Amino acid sequence: MTGRNLPPLSLHVPEPRFRPGDAVDFADFDMPVAGAVARPEIGTAPAEMRDHSYAMVRVLDDQGHAQGPWDPRLAPETLLKMLRHMALVRAYDERLYRAQRQGKTSFYMKCTGEEATSIAAAHALDYDDMCFPSYRQQGLLIAREWPLVDMMNQVFSNKGDRLKGRQMPIMYSARQANFFSISGNLATQYPQAVGWAMASAARGDTRISAVWCGEGSTAEGDFHSALTFAAVYRAPVILNVINNQWAISSFSGFAGAEATTFAARAVGYGIAGLRVDGNDALAVYAATQWAADRARGNHGPTLIEHFTYRAEGHSTSDDPTKYRSAEESTNWPLGDPIARLKQHVIALGIWDEERHAAMDREVAELCKAAQRESEALGTLHDGLKQPFDSMFEDVFEEMPWHLKEQSQQMRDERKAAGI
Amino acid sequence: MNMIQAINSAIDICMGRDDEIVVLGEDVGFFGGVFKATEGLQAKYGKTRVFDTPITECGIIGVAVGMATYGLRPVPEIQFADYIYPALDQLVSEAARLRYRSAGEYTAPITVRTPFGGGIFGGQTHSQSPEGIFTHVAGLKTVIPSNPYDAKGLLIAAIEDNDPVIFFEPKRIYNGPFDGHYDRPVQPWSKFPESAVPEGYYRVELGKARIVRPGDDVTILAYGTMVHVAQGVVADAGIDAEIIDLRTLVPLDLETIAKSVKKTGRCVVVHEATKTSGFGAELSALVQEHCFHHLEAPVQRVTGWDTPYPHSLEWAYFPGPVRLGEALKRVMQD
Repeated sequence: MTGRNLPPLSLHVPEPRFRPGDAVDFADFDMPVAGAVARPEIGTAPAEMRDHSYAMVRVLDDQGHAQGPWDPRLAPETLLKMLRHMALVRAYDERLYRAQRQGKTSFYMKCTGEEATSIAAAHALDYDDMCFPSYRQQGLLIAREWPLVDMMNQVFSNKGDRLKGRQMPIMYSARQANFFSISGNLATQYPQAVGWAMASAARGDTRISAVWCGEGSTAEGDFHSALTFAAVYRAPVILNVINNQWAISSFSGFAGAEATTFAARAVGYGIAGLRVDGNDALAVYAATQWAADRARGNHGPTLIEHFTYRAEGHSTSDDPTKYRSAEESTNWPLGDPIARLKQHVIALGIWDEERHAAMDREVAELCKAAQRESEALGTLHDGLKQPFDSMFEDVFEEMPWHLKEQSQQMRDERKAAGI
Repeated sequence: MNMIQAINSAIDICMGRDDEIVVLGEDVGFFGGVFKATEGLQAKYGKTRVFDTPITECGIIGVAVGMATYGLRPVPEIQFADYIYPALDQLVSEAARLRYRSAGEYTAPITVRTPFGGGIFGGQTHSQSPEGIFTHVAGLKTVIPSNPYDAKGLLIAAIEDNDPVIFFEPKRIYNGPFDGHYDRPVQPWSKFPESAVPEGYYRVELGKARIVRPGDDVTILAYGTMVHVAQGVVADAGIDAEIIDLRTLVPLDLETIAKSVKKTGRCVVVHEATKTSGFGAELSALVQEHCFHHLEAPVQRVTGWDTPYPHSLEWAYFPGPVRLGEALKRVMQD
């Protein structure tokens, strides 16, 4: 240190632009023009599409009109179905958020503002494509029309919970819907999805896999291991990064957003990367469809960054007003995904405000009815839970002696204690 | 067969019987593995069933879990057990708990093979015995063979098992049994009866220990290389010890252990891993729980020291014949 005539080094610690109480100004937000990004052939070499990792695929313009080569030209019934599924996710979230606040379960996570990233993606995939979700992709199950009651049973850990009350709420598993069991450890599903895709390719199957993580989890080692594997074996996998700007209270800068985009993670691995307006359901659909066609054509993996915004807190255990400006979500320049799709279908003349309001009432009623049915099987705190000795099941395929012994010990101890 | 050949034969037989079995790991394909355990398998079964991987252990295990979810039965190799730590999360949080957390919807029937243990001048990065880390994890099975016959039969049983299994291969005895006398020449497996390995299919059931040598004075609990160290010490000292090769730590054959200790009244546990919270602690506790009134002396543990594995001082670290002999004397004096 001494004797060196050099200025001292300094450590850069990222800081978000807006904190609680700050007025939010997105005037300098570089709003990409809808329809401006070229749509490459599905077999395009990753090196030739680097710009796609830094641009942003957008289809819907400010008036709700579909623009440019990425317009997936969906049939009216598909558009309306996607709209309905997104509305249903929002209604479902609202219902269960309130149930948590009423003390009926321990935890809940909304995906408000991010509905398009799951719903539109699920619509662009085949039903038998395997999904490896993170914890905010309840939309995949909704889009695959999985029973709401079954999802709620999991959230309430009640008698109907097929997972026997072992997982935190929202950590669903639905093998029949090709929806993988959710882990609370982040990005672990990334190499698993790549492995599934590799297996499918090795067996000459036609199914592909898709995986989701948040932008914060791209810092995990598993993410990078997975990208290496995906690139090396040209795995038929779609690697989705949901950039919702916040990982609990850490803004995306702590995952590297100040230096580059998340789609650009693909560049270093020689993977096709697409950066997409995640609040534009048509852009999400088109990008997913492109990536799925690419994977099915043996052209390899695609990394899609869905640029979106987490309009609510991270979870019910979190208070976002403590670390970010309340104006951020309302001023988010890319708008709300449901409002934008609604504007689009109204502009097309296939929808109107009255039908939308009726649909909102209908999906709210559906969720209410499902909740009633689910709560009849119990909620977390009302004592109607799984048989207590079921906790020893499924550790191994067959219960070994030490678990049998411990199970018996628990039964004896409870009996002695009069429980 | 030596142990490498026995392991190779086990994988070969399983792959021939079941198309779903795939082998992956660093250098396991064309080259056949740095210890040659997978030699010839890629040529026989093709590159989509036996393939090299990037150097990322969490990737190897994560990909294996994904392949298992698809319906395959992966047999990943971690080149040295010392390198398993980057894969720990995939093993502990994912593979081990997948059946439980999904209530049986998804399972991870993978068999992770990895060479472990010291005595090869591998320093602190090629000598560790991390088995205790995995026996602590609910949902994993831990298997450790001590000879070619068991290696083949246990590996076949592990690969066919529907739970995730960690198969630790004591690399010091790949080519011949090692009694801990590093100054004596090591004899090849071909001079020992355990090298008479059948060419065909057979299984050695998981969860069943083997009585290596019956005896009345003291029970020695060992696995892997330490089985041979114990045999050497007992032969030299002329103690009538019953030596038990545990073969699998989870599930553990407590019945055989308890029966033996109740008979002998004395117990010495020997393993290469560090002492504190090592598997010897579990064995001592179980013996105490189940055999307390039969014990005539405190259970002794002979283990590696609670330090990283030193390179040049390897033989001072290794729980060799001198230290085991002293422990046997102590336990016999009481």
